[in-house]
Amino acid sequence: MALPKRIIKETERLMAEPVPGISAVPHDDNLRYFDVTIDGPTQSPYEGGTFKLELFLPDDYPMTPPKVRFLTKIYHPNIDRLGRICLDVLKGNWSPALQIRTILLSIQALLGAPNPDDPLANDVAQQWKEDQNTAIATAKEWTEKYAKA
Amino acid sequence: MESEDDFNSARSTDDEMMDDVESGYSDDDFDDLEIGEEEGFDAHDKITATQKQSYEVEFKVWTPKDIDEAQLRLINEVKDVLGQSPEATAILLRYSRWNREKLIEQYMDNQAAVLEGAGLGESNSTEARVQTLTGFTCDICCDDTSPMTTFAIKCGHRFCIDCYKTYVNAKVTDEAEAARIKCPADQCNRIVDNKSMELLVPDNLTDRYHELLVRTYVDDLENLKWCPAPNCEFAIQCKVKAKELKKVVPTVHCDCGHDFCFGCAYNDHLPAPCDLVKKWVKKCEDDSETANWISANTKECPKCASTIEKNGGCNHMTCRKCKHEFCWMCMGVWSEHGTSWYNCNRFEEKSGTEARDAQAKSRQSLERYLHYYNRYANHEQSAKLDKDIYVKTEKKMTQLQNHAQLSWIEVQFLDSASKALQRCRQTLKWTYAFAFYLERNNLTEIFEDNQKDLEMAVENLSELFEKPTDQLEKMKVEMMDKTAYCNKRRIILLNDTADNLRKSRHAFWSNDLGA
Repeated sequence: MALPKRIIKETERLMAEPVPGISAVPHDDNLRYFDVTIDGPTQSPYEGGTFKLELFLPDDYPMTPPKVRFLTKIYHPNIDRLGRICLDVLKGNWSPALQIRTILLSIQALLGAPNPDDPLANDVAQQWKEDQNTAIATAKEWTEKYAKA
Repeated sequence: MESEDDFNSARSTDDEMMDDVESGYSDDDFDDLEIGEEEGFDAHDKITATQKQSYEVEFKVWTPKDIDEAQLRLINEVKDVLGQSPEATAILLRYSRWNREKLIEQYMDNQAAVLEGAGLGESNSTEARVQTLTGFTCDICCDDTSPMTTFAIKCGHRFCIDCYKTYVNAKVTDEAEAARIKCPADQCNRIVDNKSMELLVPDNLTDRYHELLVRTYVDDLENLKWCPAPNCEFAIQCKVKAKELKKVVPTVHCDCGHDFCFGCAYNDHLPAPCDLVKKWVKKCEDDSETANWISANTKECPKCASTIEKNGGCNHMTCRKCKHEFCWMCMGVWSEHGTSWYNCNRFEEKSGTEARDAQAKSRQSLERYLHYYNRYANHEQSAKLDKDIYVKTEKKMTQLQNHAQLSWIEVQFLDSASKALQRCRQTLKWTYAFAFYLERNNLTEIFEDNQKDLEMAVENLSELFEKPTDQLEKMKVEMMDKTAYCNKRRIILLNDTADNLRKSRHAFWSNDLGA
């Protein structure tokens, strides 16, 4: 199947004007599959870490949202053990006018502002609510351990 | 022959002729249920045929056309009050969940807020919907062919018309959305109005789109529910509210022949109220067969009550869970056995007696459950068997017509009998679930008497029903009598429980133990 113009344009723009702290590179053999890295936002427990993600554009993209998943282990109330992300724009609030670029920015923002009230990883969220300092310490520890290769 | 499904609960019009008690209940349309309908047939049943039973609730069946018309009527009424177009009024009504008074009040209070909330907010753009533009790039497909046909609703977020169409189609087909599809732009809450939708939805989807639109009306209204039977497109209107369900069992009868509970959409479960049904069904799902096996093969640890199967070895048991050591024979503490291992002769010891008492109690509650479950399951099974017999009998009904020179209408007593059996067994089945949760008092005695009477009546009729076809003709009168009796007993039982429920006279166990 020919690659839709939309995907080509988006890819070109991602290459030409990359977002600071974010990179997304398509695979040579599958242009719908991207290797993504996101830098942990400053002043967050993820600062200094580089997180790997995978991103896939389904056939009906942009009518359906891209599928995104963390590959690097991360301690975050909205990201579970398998790296799945709980983010409104990846689900019900997806709009076809959104792009890979905007989605990745949203994910970066999520790292800066965890939301334990809408948890995906229940144990992490609970820890986050009960004892935020310990939770942040664990998040830092994990960043140190897994996100700095 | 009707299909299996509607056979279960079907009440075709012809059986009303044979069976008056039933027609008293046959509330196809309660408005039409007037005296005189049954005139000319068995006069002794006329009393029951003309008044509403206390276990019955008022309801009305809506056809898809009725639903459509009701929507249109409401839209027309409200549009003049609000001074809005029919499309906008429809959106506003859907936004307010078809609550006309609330909408008008809020609209008069704060028009801008209501419009904004419904996705009709003031827009600075007054451009026409469809425009052909040059030098335009669609944000969805990134196409920049010139000139391009584009589309936007009042919010002014413009995309190429193909993308707009694909978007709307995806919403209708994949997400079953119709009334609340938002503009495809990010963060824009404006709802694509009806008129635009008509323009965007392709011909092959218009039916589906309208169906979904109609559906929001029924889904939004608390007193309207879809009939859950497969492929049935009727909706039922009933006034019974969710908070009344502890006191009323609102069983309704759809024109498609399906009987169901308006409260929980489960199949007819008279006389048991919804919450008991839910509890019972869940209980049966997880433990009926297992409970049987447990009862036969295991004992519980006297300390932590874990269930233990002894599959070999000596009587010195050590509970895996709490490490309690006990004797399998007397259930007493092992240390008290002294040196007489492997030979329990301490049957009278106090600790052993206590443990056995506790054991007996837990067994008793299991047995109690199984008592009710077995009867419940038995009636379910018997109803199936009765149905099988009827299927066979129906073939023979034709023969009977030929051999005995009976007219079609004269063999309908078999049909009535079969339906009465089905319905009564359905009721009996649920009386056992009901009884399981019922606390013992004088009312319970009366309930159990009623249950017994109905059960006997049903078994008598069932027995007749099994007789060979050639004998059936002679038993016609007897069978008709018994059919009428069954139906009557059922109504008595249902009325009695319905009255007691309504007055909150029944007491229920708060746990499953019956103690």
